Amino acid sequence: MSKSVYINSVGSVSVQKTFDNSEFLNEITFYNDTVASVINPDYKAYIPPAQARRMAKGIKMSTVSSQTALQEAGIENVDAIIVGTGLGCLGDSEKFVGDIIENNEQFLTPTRFIQSSHNTVAGQIALGINCKGYNFTYVHATVSFESALLDAKMQLEQDEAEHILVGGVDEMVKYHVNSHRLIGHIKSEPVDASKLLESNTKGSVMGEGSHFFVLSNQKQESTYAELVSVECYNSMLKEDLPKKVVSFLTENQTDVASIDLVILGNNGDVNFDGYYNDLTTGLFKDTPQAYYKHLSAEYDTATGFAFWLGAKILKTQTIPEVVRLNKSKASNPKTILIYNQYRGENHSLVLLRKC
Amino acid sequence: MSKGVAITGMGVISAIGNNAQENYESLISGKAGISKITHIDTIHADAIMVGEIKTTNTTFEQQLNLTENSYSRSPILGIIAAKEALAQAGITDINNYKTGLISSTTVGGMDKSEQYFYEYFESDAHWQHINGLHAGDSTKKIADAIGLKESFVTTISTACSSAANAIMLGARMIKSGRLDRVVVGGTDALSKFTINGFKTLMILSDTYNTPFDENRKGLNLGEAAAFLVLESDEIVARENRKVLAYVKGYGNANDAFHQTASSENGDGAVLAMEKALKVAGLQPEDIDYVNAHGTATPNNDLSEGRAMLRIFGEGKVPEFSSTKAYTGHTLAVAGGVEAVYSILAIQNNRIYPNLNFKTPMKEFDLRPQTQVKEKEIKNVLSNSFGFGGNCSTLIISQEA
Repeated sequence: MSKSVYINSVGSVSVQKTFDNSEFLNEITFYNDTVASVINPDYKAYIPPAQARRMAKGIKMSTVSSQTALQEAGIENVDAIIVGTGLGCLGDSEKFVGDIIENNEQFLTPTRFIQSSHNTVAGQIALGINCKGYNFTYVHATVSFESALLDAKMQLEQDEAEHILVGGVDEMVKYHVNSHRLIGHIKSEPVDASKLLESNTKGSVMGEGSHFFVLSNQKQESTYAELVSVECYNSMLKEDLPKKVVSFLTENQTDVASIDLVILGNNGDVNFDGYYNDLTTGLFKDTPQAYYKHLSAEYDTATGFAFWLGAKILKTQTIPEVVRLNKSKASNPKTILIYNQYRGENHSLVLLRKC
Repeated sequence: MSKGVAITGMGVISAIGNNAQENYESLISGKAGISKITHIDTIHADAIMVGEIKTTNTTFEQQLNLTENSYSRSPILGIIAAKEALAQAGITDINNYKTGLISSTTVGGMDKSEQYFYEYFESDAHWQHINGLHAGDSTKKIADAIGLKESFVTTISTACSSAANAIMLGARMIKSGRLDRVVVGGTDALSKFTINGFKTLMILSDTYNTPFDENRKGLNLGEAAAFLVLESDEIVARENRKVLAYVKGYGNANDAFHQTASSENGDGAVLAMEKALKVAGLQPEDIDYVNAHGTATPNNDLSEGRAMLRIFGEGKVPEFSSTKAYTGHTLAVAGGVEAVYSILAIQNNRIYPNLNFKTPMKEFDLRPQTQVKEKEIKNVLSNSFGFGGNCSTLIISQEA
């Protein structure tokens, strides 16, 4: 008999003010840009300044979000740490490459190289809390975070672990933005975030963030929701998507009519939002719909923000007006489906349920 | 949870051969693949030795029908090894069972990113490589090459234990019934990035690496790709598959000691080996051969040696060797390459020599196997350790 898996706490550092768990999108920032940077928490409260100076942004953000999650769950250590990150501490990787070229492979120092290792965040958290347990890092573009969720879920279901710290983190770096703008992945003109889906231009607005959660096979007072299921698909034809969603719901003994809210990853890319539009006007036309990338911006682990949003909605039983995509009446949400894809690839479905 | 995880296919490309058979022949004939670097223009060329695959990208591109310079080297190597593994398993329709792909890499397309880093802003000639900086991009290209659709595809990057962890996750997904079949392994090409990175850490040897030797001077970087096909008992029975070996045990733990160094007593390594033995339901004395991580850095070999002594006991460590003196340290792929070598050891009942070993380390009485040895091999324990304190152990066995 496999055990149920619960989200017992959350921790978020994002381009909105989300680091304080007592709030829920109380203040919104609408960017008018092609990029959005995190709203920094008071790092000094978490990290000694001397240490913080050399620390990659991804590590700093994750120190705060992981500690927030551990504190809220009321635990000091976990059985495993599993992190998803599309690009790791990319800033250091790109600086190291730049240094190699500019200095002709001379006068290099190891810090940037060490922080470039994709598993730096998971390793640093383990060092910080002295966790000798299972330690994994997934780096598969926009299903990095979902891969981590799936791994944690498998272990908790089988009772191989009781508490797992799971997170997703990506940092935004200027070089990366500039190079990806060349190939049209990032918008070339600023867009008002409140009108993101009407931009009618290709590419997305790039952001960053770090989201950590304590997942557990034991419910407690702080519990937000149950993680019912998570699935990832490397490819999907647009016409096959509705069928796939229905079979996913069937496998989880539910159906479209039982979904109280669908959270979609629309990012305003005119070339790829069709996947979402087909669902909002088709399968889920009568279902309350939400979106979030006008708030989080786009990055490989932006679904960490969606997972945070879904968990908060189920716990607080409120759906902030700012994330509503349609007018369908939504009260007492019990079951939430999160769907995401990026540039037509790496599709993921996550099902959450109120406890 | 008594399901077996059958290995029905394997593929490897490394400095000692472009397929599993060539690798095996080099292993038993003591033919190392360590040389001066030829494919990458680096100022360190005279100061380092590497385990380089001599075949050029151009030759591989022709072999795979790829447009010239469309892919970086990691996905190219990965496609070759993954296809070899699938061919051996006799799989013609990859989508006829619930199949996944779990790859691993540390550098992904870094070889091209570093080459065109500034050029991208001057000309669009090589923009095809911009997205290759994503580690997952190499996996996507492998998935496309093997025709995998609507499937679970992911990438693990836990530094030098990555492929071992990919194999571990794959085994767990077969056991839990989430997948019927999974292609697992990793790919990493040489790059200036890793050469210079390890250079700054001062753990690159200027000559042939000498694992477990008192006078070891550090590691030689290598490049490789290796993949296994893991299948469920049901597929094995239904398709009448020839099983090469089984993934019997696995363990992952964190040393939680230092971002890049291993603890002196190998705490994380001990935990990983203990967990793997427990999952396998085996005792230390059941292990017939240890394919050690043995990178030939002062730190790793001391820490790993102590960990082996803690697991097996003084005077009871089975025959062990590091094959890094043949291939160099292939980073993410090391655990994949060495899983293939472990299977070959079981199939052929041969233990490979630890090349270049002369003087035992003064800290303990441990001598690796230095000659090819014939011995009945049922269970092989393979270690992989990496930055971030990552410690992984696999146990590959003749029986489920």
